[in-house]
Amino acid sequence: MTLKKTLPSLAGLLLLAFAGGAAAAEHMVTQKNKAFDKTALTIKAGDKVNFKNDDPFVHNVFSLTEPGSFDLGTYAQGQAKGQVFAQEGKFEIECAIHPEMKLLLTVTK
Amino acid sequence: MNVKLIAGAIAGLAAAASLIAGQVVATEASKQDPWLRPAAVPAPADNVPNADRVELGRALFFDPRLSGSGMISCATCHNPSLGWADGQPTAIGHMSKRLGRATPTIVNSAYNTIQMWDGRKATLEDQALGPIGDPNEMALPIPQMLERLGAIDGYRAMFERAYPGQGVTAETVAKAIASFERTVVSSTSPFDRWRSGDATAVSDAAKRGFEVFNGKGNCAACHQGFNFTDNGFHNIGVKADGDTEGRFAHRRVKVLKGAFKTPTLREIALTAPYMRNGMYATLEEVVDHYDRGGDDTSNLSPNMKPLGLNPQEKADLVAFMKTLTGAPVAIVVPQLPPGPVTATTASR
Repeated sequence: MTLKKTLPSLAGLLLLAFAGGAAAAEHMVTQKNKAFDKTALTIKAGDKVNFKNDDPFVHNVFSLTEPGSFDLGTYAQGQAKGQVFAQEGKFEIECAIHPEMKLLLTVTK
Repeated sequence: MNVKLIAGAIAGLAAAASLIAGQVVATEASKQDPWLRPAAVPAPADNVPNADRVELGRALFFDPRLSGSGMISCATCHNPSLGWADGQPTAIGHMSKRLGRATPTIVNSAYNTIQMWDGRKATLEDQALGPIGDPNEMALPIPQMLERLGAIDGYRAMFERAYPGQGVTAETVAKAIASFERTVVSSTSPFDRWRSGDATAVSDAAKRGFEVFNGKGNCAACHQGFNFTDNGFHNIGVKADGDTEGRFAHRRVKVLKGAFKTPTLREIALTAPYMRNGMYATLEEVVDHYDRGGDDTSNLSPNMKPLGLNPQEKADLVAFMKTLTGAPVAIVVPQLPPGPVTATTASR
């Protein structure tokens, strides 16, 4: 389970519903050889990103970008953790254990 | 007059010479083998090393006038005779004050993608002035350092050759020291010769130890690649000593509480005592620590767990680690530009 998730507010959910009711998408980012498999990703507000560890040692995923900071804790090889991004904006996402791992996530309307 | 501190092997001298040109000794195998050194020492585009920059940095590195007391140089703690560390459990700073963390070797620091035990500095240039200005370490305020260096004719000439038109500034001092530090790299070790094809370069015990390192010992989860570091931060369960923040002080993420940077294992036989607080005198004690799965289990890295190594495996692991130390390399200690050695008022 995640420690601190940014959950969409009720208002946000309603807004999404009125915006056309499009289902939120899920995206996969893998962590392999101490790197995210992409350095940038653009998603829509309300989408979920799953982070999967394909390395034989633990990883972490976090962002200190406000608003919407989160910390998925640690997880081992083969495990994945997800995060829903309700807020628009740009998020610098990193692995705290391996600071060379960086991903710029852009969340649009 | 130059003084040779350590008699070096011919291979070591060749390595030193090629490093001044910004290159490390490398074999063809290094292009494919992640356990061998890459062909070049990385450097930023705005501070590509050359002979003048390295020589200026060497002088600054060995000059005690870069301390408030006039008695401590960078080389006091990063002593080339002691594996570019100090042999102390934790460093000794200004006025012999015992500091909280072990002096890390600067061997291969050019390859680090982040500097310091807690990663608070990104590059060698960022790091270089930190200890000089720190009141607990060298205790010389940077403005006073610049005033002191700028008053020495020999230094002004050296700065002009190294960084034409840029003067004696905090930036050029940092760049010069970083340029010298980029020449301090590990020498070719028995492990390197073994990986390059010489089956007789290491013992059978060391070969078994490398298997333990990558397998049951799980050492390579963090000590990865030719420099045996992932440039990452881990809480390895060192007994509580009051230094509980580590990387967390700079990145407020839970996993970083008590986490410190993975140090290189290169030249490890020269850099005892071990761990960030120097609590273990021998590699055998270090292996026992990991075999126990650490001691302080609060916020322990999930990579840490009891290993169940038998005595043979432990001995093999130590035998392997000792193959990461190469032959001594000749070090030239510079003659410093003449000028006054004056302690600052604050440090008297």
